[in-house]
Formats: sequence, structure tokens, C-alpha cells
Amino acid sequence: MTTKAPAGGNASLLPRLARMEGLPIILVFVILVGFFMIAAPQVFLGWPIYLSFLTTVPPMLVLAIGLTLVVAAGEIDLSFPSTLAFSGFLFSICETQLGSPWLGVLAALAGGALIGVVNGFFVAVVGVPSIIVTIGTQFFWAGTASILSGGQSDALQQLDGSAIYHVFAANLFGVLPMQSLWALAIAIFMWFILNRHRFGEHVLFIGDSRTVARVAGVNVVWETIKLFTLMGVLGGFAAVLLTIENLNYFSTQGQGYLLPALAGVFIGGTSVFGGAATIVGTFFGTFIIGMLEAGVVATGIAGFWVQAIEGVVFVAAVTLHLLVDSPGKWRSLSNFVGLRRE
Amino acid sequence: MDMQTATPRRYEHIVRAENISLSYGKVRALAGIDLAIGRNEIVGLIGDNGAGKSTLIKALTGVVRPTSGKLYIRDELVDWNSYSVREAHRLRFETVYQEKSLGEKQPLWRNIFVGRQITNRFGFIKVAEERRIANDILKRQLGFRGVGIDADSTISKLSGGERQGIAIGRAMHFDSDLIILDEPTVALAISEVRKVLDFVRSIKTSGRACIYIEHNLAHVHELADRLVVLDRGRIVADIKSGEMTLEQLTKFLIDLQHGAPAGRGPAGTDSGHAAGPG
Repeated sequence: MTTKAPAGGNASLLPRLARMEGLPIILVFVILVGFFMIAAPQVFLGWPIYLSFLTTVPPMLVLAIGLTLVVAAGEIDLSFPSTLAFSGFLFSICETQLGSPWLGVLAALAGGALIGVVNGFFVAVVGVPSIIVTIGTQFFWAGTASILSGGQSDALQQLDGSAIYHVFAANLFGVLPMQSLWALAIAIFMWFILNRHRFGEHVLFIGDSRTVARVAGVNVVWETIKLFTLMGVLGGFAAVLLTIENLNYFSTQGQGYLLPALAGVFIGGTSVFGGAATIVGTFFGTFIIGMLEAGVVATGIAGFWVQAIEGVVFVAAVTLHLLVDSPGKWRSLSNFVGLRRE
Repeated sequence: MDMQTATPRRYEHIVRAENISLSYGKVRALAGIDLAIGRNEIVGLIGDNGAGKSTLIKALTGVVRPTSGKLYIRDELVDWNSYSVREAHRLRFETVYQEKSLGEKQPLWRNIFVGRQITNRFGFIKVAEERRIANDILKRQLGFRGVGIDADSTISKLSGGERQGIAIGRAMHFDSDLIILDEPTVALAISEVRKVLDFVRSIKTSGRACIYIEHNLAHVHELADRLVVLDRGRIVADIKSGEMTLEQLTKFLIDLQHGAPAGRGPAGTDSGHAAGPG
């Protein structure tokens, strides 16, 4: 927050702190980690579990950050799992056929951009609702990846210990996975794009009301295409992180990312109605989602509880955001359950 | 930044439409509109729903493109191919729509600058500067003192009149020469309406022109220098302030609705060339 320094100087700290971006979800995150530390100290008081989170969460985090902007614009993208497959394939083919993983990174990003441009074109120019277009393109690109790879997987063991592995997947000083640093850098950069860049402001106004944005002189069509392209490029980057970490490409590698990444965005407090979004919230929301499974298992609860608990956390978090954002809801809710009568 | 693009040259009409027609498919929304607005004139635009008021405004401000006709801005012919909302902004036209002028969930400072942000050369917004100017607009231009509104207020927390005030203040800040108000008092409480009418007066006193679309005849009759009546896409009357009382005007419009030949308006002409230099 930039200071305004009105006469009267430092307003008290408390209200300011309360307005801090993503505060409710940061509290939930801290409480959850605290709970796991108490319930499973042998696991959660050691570094290895966090090392594991910092390795597995980053691809999902990169996707969720891109999605945050898409949702901020009042749109949705369901095609990113296919980007993981398609861009992963492009990366893998460049490595195995051309022996150039760096070219593979470029190809993965370009492939993601292509997917994004196509999505953006159909949403912004043709006017098909994004939820429908991206269901279609999800099938199409996932299918394309399967066709091109013949449904095969590619072992990429030769990359282990290579320069590109050190850049994207090795552990810095043996304790900090590189992909977590990449994801953090992208989160910070995208925070500035969303909150401090002209493009981010346009995205927020488009999500708020397309008519208002257009009247204000925002080129809604062009900005929407840019937005989906950005999402595609981030998806391509997530594919690179994922493929290098696994040292393997398989054509179904995007499966299982759709709902967790979306859940991370909404747990974080980004409004499904568009016009408001929080990167900080998405950051912690995604880590909560990424942490729950291991956490629940480590506490000794049987594994098949995991999804049910994830569901409870999701609904609780989204409800919490709603109540924090509009106190009126809280009042009507307490009236409804009869806690208070007027 | 692009504030000094239009040179402060002498001109007679801020905007002049010549024989503008517009059809949506088979529907004729505008038919042969001739209208000229002087440089410091408040022109009230009245007419029934569907008379073409909003369409005319949209054509003048580059939102829609007419099927035929010419447009002159500051007496210079406009090329339709390069005319757009952005271009209209650059030519210092500003439209305040009934409700769709402000982003509800966004803070006030973003609303003032959206589309015209103060940025560095990488496109990052200079937030501190935008906030400061926004607060300045609130205090100096709009006199929002001690009402608990500042640059960080979210639009959804403001009253209807305050919102119109913000939109008008924004227009004046960007030094618009023509401010178009699309039913600014609709759905407002009476006390709020008074505020908005004061904002409209401040447009006139600051030397700008204004096109004021209004349903409430009393409001527009009180404020406008000239009233232009639209009916089914045509201008049917062009009345100077003082030529008709409110009662006569009301009767004239009712007769018009009944489809009667209605006798022409006192200006007695389809063409709007009666524009005075204000």
C-alpha cells in the first residue's frame, strides 16, 4: 500500500492491517500449518515436507496466478490442463529430437501462447462464452498432444543434472527448489501487473463491467486476447517446470490440475463475479490446496478422508471471504439461523 | 500527457452533425440529423424512449458509426474510419452515462484515470500521483469535504448523486470541451438531484459545452440554453430557452406522442442550424 500521508499522519495500525490483501486466507494458512504441526509433529516440524511442497506446488501456483487474472476479467479458462500436455510435448520433442531443451522452453511458451490466442479470439472476437470455448479447446489440445506423441511417454532422464535442470528444478543450496523461486518471482511480477499496471487495471474494469470498460476507452477485445495469451504462456511455463521436475513427459500429465488450480484461486478470495482479485490470496490458497493431502495423511487420518476435508476447507474459505467482504451477509445469516432477532 | 493535443483554436461549433442517418438492420434509428452545438452551450436533448437520443450521442462520441452523414468537430470534418471512443476522448469529448460510467468495485482514483492512466514508460501506473489528483478533484472541483469520501473509496459505497459528481468531475479534470450527460438524475433522490444540477451548472460556468439528455422536463427546461426534441429518429423541434414555458413544452410533447401533426415547434424546422454562439 502506498501511503497517502493525510494530515493526522499515521492512522492506527489495526484497520490498516485488516485491509491487508489476503489477510483472512493467510490466517487460515497459518492456522492450518499450526494444526498440522501439533497433529503430526514428526512430519511437519521437519524441513523435508516443506521441500516437497515447494517442489510440487509451483506448477499449480503458476497456473493459478494466471487464472486469477482471467477470473478477475469475469472469464474462465478450463483449457490449461491441455496446455500442460501440449506444451510439455513440445518441450520434450525439442529435447529428444533436436537435443535442445532451451529451444524446448521457447517452444513450450509459444505453444501456450498459441492456445491462449485461439481461446482469446473465440472469446473476444467471436463472442463465445469462455467457459464453453475452453472446454472445447481443452479437448482439442489434449487430443492433439496425444496424437502427436502417439500416446507415448518420453523419458527425459538425460536432463538430470544438466544446466536446464539446475535452472528450473534443482534445489538451491540443497534446500530451496528452483521452481519455488520461479513461482514466487512470477507471483510478485503478476501482482504488479494486476495492481499497478495499466493492463491489470483494464482487466479489473472489464471484469467489473464490459460496458464501463468500453466507455472508458479500454479496448476490450484486444485486452481480452492479451489476457488469454498471457494465461497460455503461463500454462506453457508451468508445463516446463512440471516436465523437468518429473524428468518425464506423458500425454496425460495435465490431468488432475483443473480443479485444484481453480480451487486455489477461489479459496484465495478472488471473486467469481470478476472485477476483484487477489494474487496474495491465490498464493496462499494454492499452498493450502497443495498441502492438505499430505497434511491429512500425515495426521494419521486415512487417505480417503482427503477429498472430503478439501471440500470442507474450500466451502469454509469461500464463505469466510463472503462474510468478510460484506458484513450485511453476516447479519442476515445470523438472523436466518435465529441467533439474533430484530 | 495528451492534454495539449487539441490546440485552443477559435471555433464556432464544438460539434456539428450534418444529415446523419443510422440504421440497425431494418430499424432506422436516426434519419437525417442536423445538429450544431455552440462552444459554451447547454443543449437539452429530449424525446420519448426510442426516439434516438442515446443513438445520436453514441454516433457523436464514436461508440457507433452512422450509416451516412458527416460530422464536424470544432468545425473540422471527421474521418469515420479513424473515429473512436478513444479519439473522441482525445478531442476532449466526455460522456457520462446513466449508470455505466464507473466501475462499481474499483476505488475512486482508478475510476478517474482508467483509460488515461498516468504511467511510466513501461505502463506501470503512478498510483501516488493519481491518488493525489483524485483527492484534489474531490475537494476543489466537487467540494466533497468531510463527507467521508476520498480517493480510496469504492464506487459501490457512493450515492447516485455522488457518482454522477465523480463522473462529471472526471470530465472537467480532463479538460473536456463537450460533456454529454445521459439522464444523470434518473433514479436519484430529490436532494441528490439538486447536487447533480449544480454540477451541470458548473459545466456552463467553466466555459464548456454540454449535451444533456433528460426525461424530467422541469430539470432540463431550467438548465438548458436550447432544447432539441427528437422523435422517431428525427429532430422535430429546436427551441431556445425562454421561447416556451414548461407548460407549453409539456403540451407540445404530449401532442407529439399522440402522433398528431402537432404543429411544428416554434423553431419550426427540421434543421438545427439555429445554434447560437452561446
